[in-house]
Order: sequence, then C-alpha cells, then structure tokens
Amino acid sequence: MTRILPRKDVVIVGLGWTGAILANELTDQGLDVLAIERGPWRDTATDFNIGYMQDELRYSVRRDLFLQPVVETMTMRNDPSQTALPMRDFGSFLPGNGVGGAGVHWNGHTWRFWDSDFKIKSNLTNRYGAARIADLQVEDWGVTGAEMEPYYDQFEYLAGISGKAGNIKGQLQQGGNPFEDPRSRDYPNPPMDMTYAPTLFAETGRSMGLHPFPTPSANMSRAYTNPLGVTLGQCTFCGFCERFGCANYSKSSAQTTVLPVLMKKANFEVRTDSEVLHVDLHTGGKSARGVTYIDSSGEEFFQPADLVLLCAYGLHNVRLMMLSGIGRIYDPGSGEGTVGRNYCYQTNAGTQVFFDDKNFNPFIAAGALGQTIDDYNGDAFDHGPLDFVGGAGINCIPTNGRPIGTRPTVPGTPKWGSAWKKATVQGYKSTLSFSSQGSSYATRTNYLDLDPTYKDRFGRPLMRMTFDFPDNDIRMSNYLCDRMEEIAKKLGGKQYAVGRRKKGWDSVPYQSTHNTGGAIMGIDPKRSAVNTYLQSWDVPNLFVIGASAFPQNAGKNPTGTVGALAFRAADAIRNHYLRNPGAPLVQA
Amino acid sequence: MKTLALTFATGLATLALGPATAADQADQIIRGQYQAVLGDCVGCHTRPGGKSLAGGPPLETPFGALVPPNITPDAETGIGNWSEADFHNMMKTGIGHDGVRLYPAMPYPAYTKMTDPDLSDLWAYLTTVEPVSNKVEANQLPFPLNIRFSMWGWNLLNFSEGGFAPDPSKSAEWNRGAYIVQGAGHCGTCHTPKSFLGADQDSVFLQGASLQGWFAPDITNSARSGLGKWSEDDLVKYLKTGVNAHSIASGPMAEAVENSTSKMTDADLKAVAVYLKSLGSDTVVAAPAKPEQARMVTGEAVYRDNCSACHGGDGAGAGALFPALAGNSIVAQGSTETLSRLVLAGSQAVHTANAPTTPAMPSLAWRLKDQEVADVLTYVRNSWGNAASEVSASEVAAVRKELTQ
Repeated sequence: MTRILPRKDVVIVGLGWTGAILANELTDQGLDVLAIERGPWRDTATDFNIGYMQDELRYSVRRDLFLQPVVETMTMRNDPSQTALPMRDFGSFLPGNGVGGAGVHWNGHTWRFWDSDFKIKSNLTNRYGAARIADLQVEDWGVTGAEMEPYYDQFEYLAGISGKAGNIKGQLQQGGNPFEDPRSRDYPNPPMDMTYAPTLFAETGRSMGLHPFPTPSANMSRAYTNPLGVTLGQCTFCGFCERFGCANYSKSSAQTTVLPVLMKKANFEVRTDSEVLHVDLHTGGKSARGVTYIDSSGEEFFQPADLVLLCAYGLHNVRLMMLSGIGRIYDPGSGEGTVGRNYCYQTNAGTQVFFDDKNFNPFIAAGALGQTIDDYNGDAFDHGPLDFVGGAGINCIPTNGRPIGTRPTVPGTPKWGSAWKKATVQGYKSTLSFSSQGSSYATRTNYLDLDPTYKDRFGRPLMRMTFDFPDNDIRMSNYLCDRMEEIAKKLGGKQYAVGRRKKGWDSVPYQSTHNTGGAIMGIDPKRSAVNTYLQSWDVPNLFVIGASAFPQNAGKNPTGTVGALAFRAADAIRNHYLRNPGAPLVQA
Repeated sequence: MKTLALTFATGLATLALGPATAADQADQIIRGQYQAVLGDCVGCHTRPGGKSLAGGPPLETPFGALVPPNITPDAETGIGNWSEADFHNMMKTGIGHDGVRLYPAMPYPAYTKMTDPDLSDLWAYLTTVEPVSNKVEANQLPFPLNIRFSMWGWNLLNFSEGGFAPDPSKSAEWNRGAYIVQGAGHCGTCHTPKSFLGADQDSVFLQGASLQGWFAPDITNSARSGLGKWSEDDLVKYLKTGVNAHSIASGPMAEAVENSTSKMTDADLKAVAVYLKSLGSDTVVAAPAKPEQARMVTGEAVYRDNCSACHGGDGAGAGALFPALAGNSIVAQGSTETLSRLVLAGSQAVHTANAPTTPAMPSLAWRLKDQEVADVLTYVRNSWGNAASEVSASEVAAVRKELTQ
C-alpha cells in the first residue's frame, strides 16, 4: 500500500553537494523543493562533535560515515567474460551516505578540468590522429572550458577554495598552475601555509624545471564568508579530513556552505532516512511524474513532482535510471544504449621516499594541503612520441599522520612483529609520499548495468560494474611512475619505492572514490544519456547531476567539476527550462 | 456596556479626524506589525514549527508551567471576540477579556508603559493575522497559584500601572531607547533579577537573572560583567545580526534576536544601545582572588584538549564563528549557569539574514566530569585578562542535574 503525498514542484534525490546547490538555487526561484535522502541528518556540532570526531578507529577503519553494503552494494568483474560477484564490503571506493553525502568526508582537492579535457576526442584526433584513440571510447563533453568557467567560479566562491591562480584572463600568474585555463579572477582565499614535505617536493620539482603550485583546497586558509553569507573558520591542520566530517567548520561541504541558509527556507524540506526506490514515469515513459520512496519504518510513499533531479552519488544515479526504465541500458556487444556507458575511474600510483635525517611531522596536515605538478597531466605535454594519451597530476599532499593508518616502512620490512614496529617508528616522521592521480579513459567494455543474479534488500537488481584499467591508462601510469622516480631520485633520501599500477582492478584495497560516467553528457543522444545541461534525453523533466555525467575522467579530483555542472544545470533550469517546463533544452 | 461606550468613543474620534483611508489603515497595520516585532509576540506565542501566534510552548516558571495562549483573531480559541478596549486594558493592567487576571509571565508590567497609539497600532495588526483554531490551556500552575485571583494580591504588591515617563534631561534618542527597553522590548523580563514573588527588582534593573536554565547576563554598562567593553556600534551589530566581536547570541537570546531585534530599525537599535550604555555604574569592583595555580594548570590542560581548537590557545576565538572568551562578559557573570550549560549541553547560534551560519558549540557532557568542567571554567574566567569567581563542581552538577531531568 503506497501512500500518495501532496505534489511538489521539485523533488531531489540525495542531499549532498549537488542536491544542496540545486535546492538552494531552485528555492531562490520560488519553487517548492523536497529533498529525499537515504541516510541520516548530519550537522557539525552534533555529528562531527569536536570531542570525538578525531576517532580514527570509528571513522577511518570502521568507516562510520560511509554507505554500508547492507544498504546497497554492487557486483564487480574485470571483463564481460567473467561472472560478477557482489562486493561484500566497500574497499576500492567508499560512497557516502547521509546529508552532505561524500562531500562530508572528502579531502577537499578542488580542480577545474581544462578545455582540452572537455574537447578530448576532437582534440586528440586533431593532434595525434584517430588511430591513437581507436581502442578507447572517449567522448567530447559538448561544453568548452570558457563555458564552464563562470560555474567553476561560482562553486569555488561558494566553497571558499584556497589556492593560487595560474592564469587570470590569459595573464600567467607567478606561483600558480601555468597549465590551467584562463580564469576570471583568483581563488577566494590564498593558498594554505605549506608544511615541510610539500615545500621540499616543490623545491625539488622546480629545480628540475617543473612547475609546482599549491593544490587548490577546500580546507580554509583563513576565515571566509561565502556569497550566501555563511562563514567558515580557518583550518587548524588537525589532519582528520578524508573519512571524517570537519568539527571546526573549516572544510567546505553542504553543511558548512549551503545548508544553514537552505534549511531555514519555508519552501524547502528534507526527508532523511528515506530511500527512493525508483522514478515513476507517465504512461509512454516520456516524462516523470514523481518518485516512490520507502522510509525507515518500511512504509512506501509516492511523491508526485513536476521536476525530478537525481543528485545521488554518480553510481546510484545510474542505477536509479536503470531501475526506473529511463533510457536504454548500454550493451557492450552492439555498442547501443547509453545508460551505463563510459564508466571510468582514476588511475593512481604512489611513491615513497625514505629519509634518515628529516622530520616531516606528518600529523600537521589537512586533506588538500600540498603541492601539485601538472606538467604531465592531460594534454599539457606532447604525446606525439608516446604510446598513450592522458596523464596525471603529481601530488604531494600528506593529508594526515593518523596513528593507525600512517605506518610507512621501507620495502622488505616484515609485515608484523617487533621489526615492523621498529620500522614504523623510524618511518613515521621521515617518509615523504607523493602520488600520480591519473586520467581514466573510457573503453567499450568498461560499463555499468544491472546484475542478472544478485538483488538488494528490496529485491531490486544490484548494479553490475565491469571494469579494468585500459592498456592505454596502464601505459600512461607507467610513464608517470618513471617521472615520479626521477623526482624521488632528485629528492635524495636513503631509499624510494614506486608502487606501479597493474592490470586487474581489485575492489578490495582503497584506491579512489572518483567513480565517473554511466549517465554521460554530450550532444548525441545515441552516445550520451543527458544533454549538456544534464537533462535526460529520454525524460526531459528529469536531470541527472553528478560525476555520472563525465564522459571520461581527467587526472584530477572530480568535485570541482561536479559543483560547476550543478550550477550550470541550475542556471539552465532557472533561466531556460522553467519558461517551458517539460520541454527538452536541446533538440535531439 | 463599557466596551460599547469605548468603541463608540473611538468611532467618534475617527469621525472627528475624517474617515480613515485604506492607505491609512495599511500604514497603521504596518506600524502595528513593527510593534509586534518590538514586543516579540511571536517569541512566546508561537510553537516551534507551529502557526504564527496560535499559542506557544510552555514557559517554565519557578511557580510552574504557563502556556502562552492563542492570540490570533479566532473567535473560539483566540482573541477574535476581544475588543480593542479589552486589549488596551490587558496590556496596561494584566486584566484580560472578561476580567481574567493574567500572570506576569505575560510582561504587562513592561507593556503598561506602551503608549495608546502604539497599542492601537498593535491591535490593528493583530486583527489582520490568520485566525487559527487552537485551544490552549494556558494555566497549568499548581493550586493555589492556579487561582488567577491570587494575581490580585500580587499586583497590589508588585505592579504599578502607568505609561512611560520621558526624562526631559536626556536626549530624544535616549528616551526612545528607554521606552523600547522598559516597554515593548521588555528586556527586564529576562535580564532583571526577580524577587521571591517573581517580580522585577527595580534596584538591580537589567543586572542579570536566571531563567529556564540560562543566566540572562547583566546588560548594564558595568565594566566587568556588563556591556562596558562594548561600543554602541557593537551593541547594534549584536542585536541586528546576533554576532559581534564579543559574543554570539544563543539560547533564549537567539530567539529574541531572530524574531525581534534583528527586525528592528537601525535607529531604534541605536537608541536601545545609547540607553543601555547609560545604565549602571562604571565603578571598578575589586577583582576576586586569583584561583590557586594548581587549579589553573588543571583547567588549562582541559582547555587545550577540548576548547582551544575553536576558541584559540589565547581565548581570542574566531570572529563570527567561535566567540572570543577573553573579555567576554558572559564568561564573567556572577552566575555560571549559562557557562556550565554551554559546556554540558552545547548551544547553537542564532540565524539571522546577516549572519546565517548558526555555528554550534557541541555538547561535552559525556566527556567531561563536573570537576573538569569546573576547572576549565575557572581557568577561562581567570585567563587573558578575565577575572571572576572560581567555579565549584557542585555548581556544575546542579546544571547537569537540571539538564538530565
């Protein structure tokens, strides 16, 4: 028995970064907005209490804030010939849960993708010829860097990003990233004060002719009041960012930037602990009429709405589309269907340099406090003589020195016992780590669909993830590891270790919660699920907002681009869609 | 009959001045709405999340619970069958429709100072709000206090009816401030110490009082515990936004800022500031004895582990987010009720259009023992230039007990 509720103008599925941004924009427009959030309500003082937030066992090891597999998991395999099995625990990536979503427990690296990332297919084809990308399924985004710029700016000023511009209106800026696209103005806050490890890394890189710069950070370098009037405090460098909520109001999240304003609005409401089961479509399947959700007592509700926004984690957006019969599920055999197409990830590798005579005090840290070198990222360098496309940012961002997890030891150290203990004592303060965060380019056989066997607690099919690192990306990552090795040698130290990326993606060890694609944006409805405003090609009163829209992933963290796409979608809805509700913004 | 006669008289007056135009009426309603802001009617008469003015949550008084009634113009359950004269009479004497005596939780001892035109405006506004049917059982006091006639005796002892008398030796601004503070603003209802009968003690007007588990601080110009360190601009900023360099409003004052002072005109806020800054003496009271060094060391250790990340190692706080503890008058109050409460239960700052952040102090009751709270408060009250009496574990225990009841 499903209870039918009074109609709303807009229903939003998921109240994380994108849900909060869209809700705030659309309530400003005067619309009556309801957000339905699967997880609990969370706010700083009660849920990220300074007295217990720095509990590494509870939050980092036992992952208290994350989505638990009993609520939703997925099956995985490396290629279509295998039978996928359910992930019994999340490991390689950790989706968020609850109000604020993954934006609660992120580190805060806030990047802009480049014009060359958005025009990747045409750009690479022009530069290196179509044969170079024949094994890949890369797609243009359908937007340009210049079109995205105002929305990046909006997100960075909302979130109070600390950083140094490298290019303001075409003028290169000393100390910033010389490879970035022109931006209209500098970051709202200056870079954070640097600790020793990234300082040494940057000095070394500079001496090699590279161009290090401060990583753009959502950890506040100073107190900041954003355009909504919400104030954040200066980061205290406590080193409890990733996997933790910030107890000091100094890491931007929906909680610290939008919700204080949004929650006071009479035309906004959130229902927490309520899971949307599917989007309901009108007969014919050409428009949404609302969503069906179930609350924690097991009661089912139908919530009618004129406009439905999927703002859940990207993977969950894709699954909801599949469960609701929106669009056609991608078939890797025929290449037809768009939902689930172009699932991508991140191709990372790490380097450690061990010293005897240095003390890096790793516990003085913040999630995005560090330095980056983009000389080998994206299309910043010539791939002409190389055997791959793509690249990586090389990051020295010592995010924390937490006692359980921070145990660097030189290769060959036993994994346990007194020798291990001794080595961890020696390595704790004197190890410098840095890593390459590499692009992930789409292939025909990396995709998402519904699992034929396994079901969730409500009897709905789990999503099936078919993924392995493409050969191109492995070659890219190897090239980056060679570059990291050069830096490691130059840094000195008694020893270094480079952990190279290998084929055969393993879902167990943590790698990155940068899952992208599956409901990608584009200009061709045969190859994309949403148009460039993130409006569904198939159901025009449905928008799908998040990293699910990325046609492939760049060598950068996705949140900046997710935030910019959210503002762009909001702009399109406010200024175009609402003039003729229900109509496509782009004619197929 | 009396009501009729008054209405008739009002009618005559209107006639004499010429017919009121719709625009005049609209102006009057808008003026009345502002009087409702000054008086913070919503603060008591609206339940959280409830319909505006349709009755509030119970007020816990030392004598028992009183529930603010429905004051929408609903005939059955509100004040829809009151006359304007009934309303004037109630505001001035505490005697409502049909001669029912009100308890002074309704601050008629302050409202009695309001002028007739202001009351007429307020009445005009109240007749226009949405009528809501909501029956409220206002009187939940125990016997014999539940007999409203007992208020006859109380009034005889404690209440003097009468309008505000301007002081001609002071500026118009000062007088406007005094009128708001003593009258519609009813600041003394919370901030003035009460006698054992619950009446304001005029000799210590606005010098701080305990209510509903909070200590409403001294808001005279006293250098140590009052607003002596605040400029008039500081005070205006606090009342307008809930936040200034010295303090962030939370608890009952957050409600007063949100519903009332943040909506007052800048001129009225300035007048209030001028008046409050003129109150009390600036004579320096001898500082209490410095606590023993050992206690300060213990308190500092607790402070560093639990408080310094936000309030700073030097007690300087962080602007609009975390209040400075150095020189903070809340810290220096004679009563530590609010301080203990803040540490044990936490508290969230007010939300205003100008300061929407609502930062919050987390609850530390689960983490700190009474003795540790007492030590850290003693340390805070005697560091960075602060000087106030030591705090005992039993004071903290009393607040903890009240919070867990």
